[in-house]
Amino acid sequence: MKYLCLIYDNEAVWTTMSPAEAEADMQQYFTFTDDIRRTGHYVAGEALQPVATATTLRERHGQLSMTDGPFAETKEQLGGFYLIEARDLNDAVQVARRIPAVRTGSIEVRPIVDFGAMPQD
Amino acid sequence: MHAPATLRDQIDAIYRAESRRVLATLIRLLRDFERAEDAMQEAFVAAVEAWASTGVPANPRSWLVSTGRFKAIDAARRRSAFDAATARITDALYAAHEPIPDDDEAIADDRLRLIFLCCHPALPLDAQVALTLREVCGLTTEAIAVAFLGTPSTIAQRIVRAKQKIRQARIPYELPEFGALHARLDAILRVIYLVFNEGYRASAGDTLVRRDLTAEAIRLCRLVAALLPDPEVHGLLGLMLLHDARRDTRSSAEGELVLLEDQDRSRWHRAQIAEGAALVQRALRGGRVGAYAVQGAIAAVHAEAPTADATDWREIVGLYDVLLRLDPSPVVALNRAVAVAMRDGPAAGLALITPMLTSPALATYALAHSAAGELTRRLGDVASARAHYERALALTTQGAEQRFLAARLAALRHSGATPDA
Repeated sequence: MKYLCLIYDNEAVWTTMSPAEAEADMQQYFTFTDDIRRTGHYVAGEALQPVATATTLRERHGQLSMTDGPFAETKEQLGGFYLIEARDLNDAVQVARRIPAVRTGSIEVRPIVDFGAMPQD
Repeated sequence: MHAPATLRDQIDAIYRAESRRVLATLIRLLRDFERAEDAMQEAFVAAVEAWASTGVPANPRSWLVSTGRFKAIDAARRRSAFDAATARITDALYAAHEPIPDDDEAIADDRLRLIFLCCHPALPLDAQVALTLREVCGLTTEAIAVAFLGTPSTIAQRIVRAKQKIRQARIPYELPEFGALHARLDAILRVIYLVFNEGYRASAGDTLVRRDLTAEAIRLCRLVAALLPDPEVHGLLGLMLLHDARRDTRSSAEGELVLLEDQDRSRWHRAQIAEGAALVQRALRGGRVGAYAVQGAIAAVHAEAPTADATDWREIVGLYDVLLRLDPSPVVALNRAVAVAMRDGPAAGLALITPMLTSPALATYALAHSAAGELTRRLGDVASARAHYERALALTTQGAEQRFLAARLAALRHSGATPDA
């Protein structure tokens, strides 16, 4: 079963990091990603550009509106994700708890809908 | 066909004793909550008919489990005529060659799995409570609704949503890995203590039903203690037994609150106090000393004092020091300050409590203001005592507490300023 691990953290922290700290942080992610590739959990994962680069679209009554910024302003911002394959939620949690941002921000674990296995009754 | 009354009674007794165990095992075998519940009900229906001619089998539990399993396979077969997805489930059920457990250890593991599932921290706390009472304790949604002042439909919805999440997020039916055991156990104990407190706080109104809740919490904790003997489980069980041993004296015949120091100690349940105190002792020796065991130890000092005056306040302050390190919360600090007042006099306690009254955590906490009222009264400062009690009265919403504070205020008007220390 697939789970999406959404990584929320305070972007501002990035701007206050020294290059050495940022390097060490990146290294932790590389190590983690290698790890979950080895265990077969890894499906995909990306880091996102800061929310300042976000564009939000809405179409209402046939009119497309385009606004600057993320869908919702929050204290912690969506900064990246991993898509993982896990046996069950406990297995997914064991993976997600090792994402470095768990110690500074938060990780949301969401099961992916499997349309092939939807119950028919 | 009508079963003779005696068989019906037998089956009723078996239902009460075994239905939760049968359900726990069926959930593992069928990997689905709803199907397991349906299968269990069908197995009991089948038992009424079958046992009328064959008599009750030697091991009714395994008869019910295997019958329930076959009923589920039947149901899946009927569905599989319509779609391929359930055909796969039927195959899986046939392929599942886990033996139906006969030994008590395997059954115990199934019960524990069910408790860990119902108290999974990925579920909202109120759903954990409802699910545990429904599935582990076998309470009806109506009884849960009465106990938690909700409506049956709210409770039912909470349970349905929780089961939906269990299925959709695939929360597994398994014992946690060793590394996660203590954290997961803490979640179970929190649910049990919440159930207990919900019953314990009620001093009027639906007393009977809520008394059921304290009994249910103790029963559940005994079950967990038997399955997983851990110091904190013993600590919580001891704590609840010690509190509950005073149940008959905590309110007067008129339903009024009676303070610990004024309770009739001859009516405390001594055997229960002895059992609770022994469990707390065992927990304290167990290595992982936790907050429940220390709270239990405090309750034991109170329960074992022959009179209120003979209470060992030095011991209690010492225990609060330990508790404050384990659980540095404002309420624990307040209780410690009250114990200090009992040990060193009201002035010493008041010196600790006064700054708490303006702290964000306790400024609106009624018990902090009533404690300050009590201490200033003992110091003979009637004006301050009145102000503190009035503030407390304004903050409390509980009927018995309101009447208690009003009585305190009335007594102040009559007595005038006479320090009683």
